[in-house]
Parts: sequence; structure tokens; C-alpha cells
Amino acid sequence: MPDTTRTAESDPTKTMDEPTGSTSSSSAHEVSPHLEPKPASETPSTETIFDCRNVDVLYSGKLAVAEVTAPLMKREITALIGPSGCGKSTFLRCLNRMNDLIPGAEVRGEIIYHGQDLYAKDVDPVQVRKHIGMVFQKPNPFPKSIYENIAFGPRIVGMKGDMDEIVENALKRASLWDDVKDRLKDNAFGMSGGQQQRLCIARALAVEPDVLLMDEPCSALDPISTNRIEDLMLEIKEQYSIVIVTHNMQQAARVSDKTAFFTVDLSAGESNRVGRLVEHDVTEKIFTQPEDKRTEEYVTGKFG
Amino acid sequence: MTGAQIAAKAATQTTVISRRSKKDSRRETGFALIMWGALAFICLAIAVLLLTIVIDGLPRFSMDLFTNQPSKVNPETSGIQSAILGTLYLMVLTAAFVIPIGIATAIYLEEYADSTKWFNRFIELNIQNLASVPSVVYGLLGLAFIVRGPLSLGPTLLAGGITLTLLVLPVVIIVGREAIRAVPPSISEGALALGATKWQTIWRQVLPGSIAGIATGIILALSRAIGETAPLIVIGAAVSPRFNPDGLGSAFTAMPVQIFAYSKDADPQFLELASATILVLMGLLLLMNSIAIYLRNRFEQKW
Ligand SMILES: Nc1ncnc2c1ncn2[C@@H]1O[C@H](COP(=O)(O)OP(=O)(O)OP(=O)(O)O)[C@@H](O)[C@H]1O
Ligand SMILES: [Mg+2]
Repeated sequence: MPDTTRTAESDPTKTMDEPTGSTSSSSAHEVSPHLEPKPASETPSTETIFDCRNVDVLYSGKLAVAEVTAPLMKREITALIGPSGCGKSTFLRCLNRMNDLIPGAEVRGEIIYHGQDLYAKDVDPVQVRKHIGMVFQKPNPFPKSIYENIAFGPRIVGMKGDMDEIVENALKRASLWDDVKDRLKDNAFGMSGGQQQRLCIARALAVEPDVLLMDEPCSALDPISTNRIEDLMLEIKEQYSIVIVTHNMQQAARVSDKTAFFTVDLSAGESNRVGRLVEHDVTEKIFTQPEDKRTEEYVTGKFG
Repeated sequence: MTGAQIAAKAATQTTVISRRSKKDSRRETGFALIMWGALAFICLAIAVLLLTIVIDGLPRFSMDLFTNQPSKVNPETSGIQSAILGTLYLMVLTAAFVIPIGIATAIYLEEYADSTKWFNRFIELNIQNLASVPSVVYGLLGLAFIVRGPLSLGPTLLAGGITLTLLVLPVVIIVGREAIRAVPPSISEGALALGATKWQTIWRQVLPGSIAGIATGIILALSRAIGETAPLIVIGAAVSPRFNPDGLGSAFTAMPVQIFAYSKDADPQFLELASATILVLMGLLLLMNSIAIYLRNRFEQKW
């Protein structure tokens, strides 16, 4: 599968392979700065966005996540589920090299993104993060105006165009525009938690990333805000690939196309807990007829 | 249960929350009294001090004080113009050195230094220690290395500025680090996740988020610097110069030095001059501290 992707990308004549007709103008070896909005894929996606091969993550030499091999698909929502401490966040943070910021963290294996190993020697993590945005569990707006919160990213990455327009578009995409259009100059700290989280999503979208990673984005929100963010994800997945960590089974079932179930492997002893990917499949299958007994126990709430 | 028993139970239940005992309340008033006493003592001491200074100094607090130059012989026509200017120049000079060096060091130690490395820990420990070294020691350092020795600047304004910089630098670094540390890591993470470089993150998020704390620290450090007497005397500040400092290489005096010089004189008129100078210096310090408090209340980021 990953090989098809790469050929399709580097060779425009092969677009026949893709029924949706979506092509990327970028060559396989450069990470494209701005992806054009693409038509929604009606059929299941056939392109991988991340091809993870044997990914291990170690903290200070201690294995935390082991041997994750999974192709994550383009323009799909992939949910990562599993018990606490199984390494969902750790794995998610590998995908945009946020783990580089943790002293002692080490990633082994390959994560192929647009034909390029994210962990290759010559890859600049700063460039990676420009293409792969992230929304965190706790809303973390900057202590600035709503406008400045959104404008920060585009300024940093040197986006051209009218900043007012960029800000307005980002807020609209995050369905926040109507809430805040009259108070763009107000400090973002004065917003509600749900609004702050949507602001963080808008902020991530403003730099026009290719992928959006979300680590339990709704865990601090009420059901109504959660609902809005879920709707939002479904709307924007036509243009973005989304990977979301969630503890909420219903949420995973509602929004995701694929689900990856991780668990804690205790076979090496209680002090050597290692997170492993158990099963990665179409969401419906994971929730109705999973292959693995552990997955079934977890999704039906019989776990532990 | 008989009716009597129920009644008895109800009676005991009304006093489930026992009333405050006499002993407790007496103890509380006792503590309150001790605290009020301590406060009153401090206020009284300050009031007496201020009052004597004001009574002594007020008659001499006139325009002449600001326009005339100091004198060792004529107390009637003496002023402190060169001392006021000396203090202001020293302050500007110290600020010019301490702001960039202090902030840069604080950023390095908080954001770049790997605190598991021995030399970084060594630097940290030394900065902590330097902050508590008596100021006269900095004077000796200035004398040996700046006025004489390697730099050989002589007892000049520049030498005074560098000495005071060394004196307050540790405090500025420590306060700066605290302000930087107060910015939650989630803010940096948010910026980095958008593709900001480390420097962009520091410059555009971490520093703006901590600048109020840093600025407050710098102003308080500067107000300490201009109140210092010992190091300036040790490095050889001029006594009662009748000229204003006119450059970095100029001899200088400062208000604390002048206060010291005047108060040593047997002539009580000089003592009045010393009190008047204290009033000026205290006014300046009060102003600076008010600015620091204002900055903190107005701009400090609540996370
Ligand atoms: N910065 C770190 N340093 C050392 N170990 C860490 C660090 N972050 C996570 N770990 C360890 O890695 C393992 C996986 O943690 P991770 O946070 O990825 O789990 P998670 O699946 O996201 O859990 P949760 O659902 O509670 O968020 C845990 O055993 C944890 O102790
Ligand atoms: Mg987590």
C-alpha cells in the first residue's frame, strides 16, 4: 500500500488509481506547504498519510510503546483508543515530532509521510510541525487577543495574503466566527473552555496543515461543546487527515473511520509496561466484530 | 425509646457543634495582639526615622539643592546636583548592561541549559550564592579588576556602572528565571506545534508572557543599585565633586556617597544637607517601587 501511494504521488499519470481523482501537486520528496482543498472522498481512502513501521518509543531508555505498525489513511479520521497509560499520547506525539521536546525520549522505526521518513536525519522537526498540527487535551490559547491567537501561526510560517481574511477563514472553519466576530480584540482567556478549544483548533487550521492530531480534545468540555467539535471534525475531514485520541467510546464510534486499539502489555512484568497496538481496522468492525478478544473486552466495557 | 430518652437525645444533638472554648478565643486574641504589636513597632520605627529626616532635611529642600554643586566648606551654598546626575547616569548605565545580560542569561538557564550537566548546575549554584554576597565585596572586585587590574578604567562612571551591574545581575537573573518559569509549558508547546522555532517561541510567547515579572525585577534591582554606598566608596567615587559627570570616563559621585560624606561632617548644617539628600533619594526609590508595583498589577499575566 505505501508503495502505491508513493508512485501515485510521484507519477501524475497514475491518477487513474484514485477514483476520487485527487492528486497532490507536490513531489514525493518535499512536504507540500499548502494543500489545495480536495473533493471529499466518497469511497474509502486508498492513500496512506502516515505509514508507521515498527515504531518503538523509549523514555530514558525504557520502552513505552513497542512495534506499532499501521498505515493511517489520508482524509480519514483515525481514533486511537485504549486504557490509560497504553501510549496513545506518546504515539500521537511521534507523528509530529513533539516527542523531540521531551528530554530522554527516543523514537525508533519509520514513520513515512509523503514518502519521507519523519525521523530521517535531514528532516527538520519544525518543518514537520508546520504540516502536522496538534490540538491538546487542555485548551492552551496564547495570552493574547483572539485575533492574535490565530494570526500567530500564519505569521510564523510566513503565509502570504490578507491576515484579516486568514483569521476570518480559520475562525469560520472552526465554527467560531459567529461567536467572536465582534470581539476579535478581546483576550482569549475570557472565552469559555469550549470556545477556547475551538480557538485552538482554528489556530491549528490557520496554518493550513495537512494533518490534525488531537489528544483528547473534548475531555474538558461539556456535551454541547463536544458535539460542536465532533461536527467540526466531520466537516473538515474532507480536507484534512485527523488522528484523535479519545477515551470516549461513543465519540470514537461516532466520528472515526478507522480505530486503533492500544493496550498495555504486562508480560514483561508490572515495571516493564509496554504499550502495544492490538488492532487497527474500520471503526465499525472494531466495535461490532473485533478480531482480538482484548479489543472486544475493552470496547464492550469488560476490560480489567 | 421512651419519650424522656428522645428528649434527652434531642437536647444533646442541639450542641453537636460545640461552642468555641474560652481558651481558644483567648489564644486567638493573643496571637492577633502579637501580630499587631509587631506591625506597630515597625511602623513606629519607620515613622520616627522619616520624621527626623523630614524635620532635619526639609529646611534645605529647595531649588538650591538641585542647582548647586556640593561643597566641603560652604554648607550654606551646597547642593547635590552632581550627585543626583551621578545616580541617574549610574542607573541608566547599569540598566543598559543588566537588562540584556540578565535576560539572556535567564533565558539560557531556563530554556537551553541542560540542568543534568554539571557545569550548568555549577553556574546555577554560583548565581544563587552571588546574590547573597555583601555589596562591599563587589566593591573590592570592582576596585581590583575594573578600576585597576585588567580593565584599569580608573574610578570612573563606567567602572561604577559595571560594578553595580555585577552587584545586581544575580538578582535580575533569578527573578527573570522565575518569571520565565511561570509561563506554562503548554504555551510553548502550542507555539511549537504550530511550527514555530524554539527562538520564535521564546521571543514571541515566552518573553511577552514573562516580561512584566522581568521588568518588575529589573526595576527593583536598579533601585537596590542606586541605594548602594559601600561599593562606590570602595571603588573610589569622588567626594563632593563640583562638576557633573560628562562622559563614561568621568569621575563621579552618587547620592548615597554624598549622604555619607555630608553626614561625617561635624558641622550640623552638613547633617541637614545629608537629610535633604536622603529625601531626594527616598523620593526616587519610592517612585521606582511604585512603577514596579504598577507594572506588576497592570501587566502581570494570570495563567
Ligand atoms: N514524558 C515522559 N517521560 C517518561 N515517561 C513517560 C512520559 N510520558 C509518558 N510516559 C510513559 O509512557 C507511557 C504511556 O504514556 P501516555 O501518556 O502515552 O499514555 P496514554 O495512553 O496517553 O494515557 P492517558 O490515556 O492516561 O492519556 C506511560 O507508562 C507513561 O508513564
Ligand atoms: Mg494521553
